[in-house]
Amino acid sequence: MFKILEKRLLSENIYLLRIEAPRVAQSALPGQFVIVRVDEHGERVPLTIADSDVKDGSVTIVIQAIGLSTRKLCAMQIGDYIADFVGPLGNPSAFVALSEEELRSRHYLFVAGGVGTAPVYPQVKWLYEHGAKVDVIIGAKTASMLIYTDEMAKVTTNLYIATDDGSKGFKGLVTAKIDELIANEGKSYDECVAIGPMIMMKFVCLTTAKYELPTTVSLNALMVDGTGMCGACRVSVGGKTLFTCVDGPEFDGHKVDFDEAMRRQSMYREQERFADEKHKECNCYGK
Amino acid sequence: MANKIPRVAVREQDARLRATNFEEVCYGYNSEEAILEASRCLGCKNPRCVAACPVGIDIPAFIHKVLESDFAGAASIIAADSSLPSICGRVCPQETQCEGSCIVGIKSEPVAIGKLERFVGDWSLENGAADAAIAEPNGHKVAVIGSGPAGLACASDLAKWGYDVTIFEALHKVGGVLVYGIPEFRLPKEKIVAREIGKLKDLGVKFECDVIVGRTITIDALFEQEGFDAVFIGSGAGLPRFMGIEGENLNGVVSANEFLTRANLMRAYDQTYDTPIYVGKRVVVVGGGNVAMDAVRTAKRLGAEATIVYRRSEAELPARQEEVHHAKEEGIEFRMLTNPTRVIGDDRGWVKAISCVRMELGEPDESGRRSPVVVEGSDFEVECDVVIMALGTSPNPLLKQTTRGLETNRRGCIVADDNGATTREGVFAGGDAVTGAATVILAMGAGRKAAKAIDAYIKEKRA
Repeated sequence: MFKILEKRLLSENIYLLRIEAPRVAQSALPGQFVIVRVDEHGERVPLTIADSDVKDGSVTIVIQAIGLSTRKLCAMQIGDYIADFVGPLGNPSAFVALSEEELRSRHYLFVAGGVGTAPVYPQVKWLYEHGAKVDVIIGAKTASMLIYTDEMAKVTTNLYIATDDGSKGFKGLVTAKIDELIANEGKSYDECVAIGPMIMMKFVCLTTAKYELPTTVSLNALMVDGTGMCGACRVSVGGKTLFTCVDGPEFDGHKVDFDEAMRRQSMYREQERFADEKHKECNCYGK
Repeated sequence: MANKIPRVAVREQDARLRATNFEEVCYGYNSEEAILEASRCLGCKNPRCVAACPVGIDIPAFIHKVLESDFAGAASIIAADSSLPSICGRVCPQETQCEGSCIVGIKSEPVAIGKLERFVGDWSLENGAADAAIAEPNGHKVAVIGSGPAGLACASDLAKWGYDVTIFEALHKVGGVLVYGIPEFRLPKEKIVAREIGKLKDLGVKFECDVIVGRTITIDALFEQEGFDAVFIGSGAGLPRFMGIEGENLNGVVSANEFLTRANLMRAYDQTYDTPIYVGKRVVVVGGGNVAMDAVRTAKRLGAEATIVYRRSEAELPARQEEVHHAKEEGIEFRMLTNPTRVIGDDRGWVKAISCVRMELGEPDESGRRSPVVVEGSDFEVECDVVIMALGTSPNPLLKQTTRGLETNRRGCIVADDNGATTREGVFAGGDAVTGAATVILAMGAGRKAAKAIDAYIKEKRA
C-alpha cells in the first residue's frame, strides 16, 4: 500500500499526486514511468513520473481524469492508500548517459502538450541542472488548461507558451511555434523531445522532419504488466515491432508508426466508455 | 497383490456447463476413490515412475500410505521431494512422466498418480499436515526473485533450515505463472495457490510485491545495501513470442500472456473488476501447448467460438493430454496441420480473418518430431475477430542487463550449473529463467536444488 502525501488540482480535471514510494524514488530517472493500481479491483495503469525526491522518498505523478481508472485515482485524498505503485519502469532518457561536457554543448527543444507537460518537467530540470541549454514549448487549448508553467520557467533557457485560442502566449499549435522558432527566428537545436497526446507527437515529428531535427517521443501505449510480459504495448518503429514498456517508452519519433499506435490505443475504448458510464451512476468517483 | 480393476474415473464438472464458467473442471478423488485407485499400484521394486519423476518422489511409498488410509503419512513422503503437491497433481504432464512409465499402463491404464498426488496435497491443505520442523533462525538473509514455482520451492526449503528469506515479486500478487498464467478452472487461486503460499508464510518467508528487481532495486543493491548473503533468481520466462507475420499489430491480435493475464491476474471475466478484455465472436488461438489450451478454453468461457490452429498434427500437440481432451469436450475446434501466414484487417484496422496454409508432415527435425511442410497453393482464410498468439515465451533480459557478471546464453537464458550457481558469486538461478519455458515440476525441482547449493555456499563462506 502506498500513501498519498499530497494532492493538488493543477487545472480542470488535472491532478498532481505525491506518493510515498521510497524504493521507486531511489531509482527513478528522467523518462521512466510507473504502473499504478488504485484498489483491489483496479486496472494496472501506466503513468509517467513527474518528479521524484530521494530525501523524502516520494514520487509525483500528474493525472488527467478521463476514464474509469484515472477518475478513481483522482477521487482519492491525502492520507489514502493506493493498492500498488510499481516502478520505475522503462528505460531512462538516452541523455542520462551523456557526459557533462557533451551535455553543456547541446541545445534541446522540448515540446509539451496537455498533461504531457508533467513528465517533460523532470527531463528539463535534469538537463538544465547538468548544464544543457533547454527551450520549452508548452501547448494547451486555452490558458486555464496550462500546467507546470511556473516550475518550468525556473529550469529553462527559454519558455514559450502556445494556446490554440491565443489566451496566453503564441496563438496557434505547437507545430506553428516550432516553425516560427526555427524558420523565422533562425534557432537551431541538436534534439527535440516531444511528449503529449499521440496526435501532437505525430505532427511535431512531421514538422521537425522538415528541419532534419532528431526527435524523441515518449509513447503512452496500453499496458497490463509493464515489464515485457503482455505485449499490449507493441509499436512499430522503423518497421520493427518493439515493446513500449521494455524497449521504450522513448523512441525515435521519425520512425514511429503513429497511425498504428493511435489505433492500438483505442483497442478497449468501447469497454472503457461503458465502464466509465457505469461508474458515474454508482458514485465510485466520490463527490 | 495389486487390484486388477480399471482406473478409477475422476469426477468432473459437466462439459457443457463448465464451458460457461470458471469453476474447476476436475473435482478430484474423495478418500474412498483414492484408496481404491491406490490398490491398483503394483509397488514395483524398481519403480520406473520414480525415475520418470523430475524430483524423484517415492511414488509407490506414498501410494501405499494412501492404501492404508494414512494420508498424513503419504503427505510427509511427498513433502520430502515436493513442496507443491496440490499444484503439481493438477498441472504436471503425468502422461510423459510418472504415469507414462507405469507398468500397469502397459496392459491397462496407468495408476492415476497425478490424481492421487492431488488428493494427498488437498487433504493436507484441508487437514493441516504435520508441521515441518523449522530450524532456529541462523541470521542469514536470502533474497528470492520471483514468486513462481521455482522461487516458492527454494524459499520453502531455506526457511525450514533457518534462513531469513524474502521473496520479491514484480506483480501485485504472488504466485507467478500459477496466478497470471494458469486459469482458475485448472488451478483454483484462493482454494489452492493462496493456501500453498500460505504455508510459506507460516514458515516465516516474507513477501514483497510490486518490486521489480533490476528496476526498483538491483541485485547489487540487495547485496550491498540490504545485506543479503545470497540471491536466487526464479524470474521465469515471461516474454511472449510473436510470429512476425503481416497484420500482427492489428487491433484484436494479442499474446496468450496478455489474454490470460487480463483474465486470470486481473480477473477481467468478473464484472466487478475494472480491467477490460476483448473476445469478439470468433477467436483463433495459434499454438498447441498448455498455454494455447488455457487461452482457447478461456475464450470459450467468455462466450466466443474458439479454434486452435496448430502447424503439426494432433500427435505432436505439446499440451497435456487431459487439457486437449477437456478442450474437445468443451467444444473447442481443432484445426491441425494449419499454419497462419497473415492476419487480415478491416478498413478500421481490426482483425477480420486469418490467412493460413495447410501443412503435411515431412522428415523428423531436431526435436525428433516430423517437421511440418507447407502444401503449396493451399491458402485459405478463417474468419475471426481475435487472434491469440500462444507460441512460447523467453526469459526477461532485465536482470542480465542490470547485474554485473551475470551471463546468459544465446536464447537469453541465465547460465547456471546443475546446482543453480550462476556466473556471479552468491547468485543462483533455476526454473524457466534458466531452461526457457518448461514445467512447474522442473522449476520446483531446480528451486530446491538451488536451495541446497545456497545453504552450502553460505555455510562455506561462514566457515
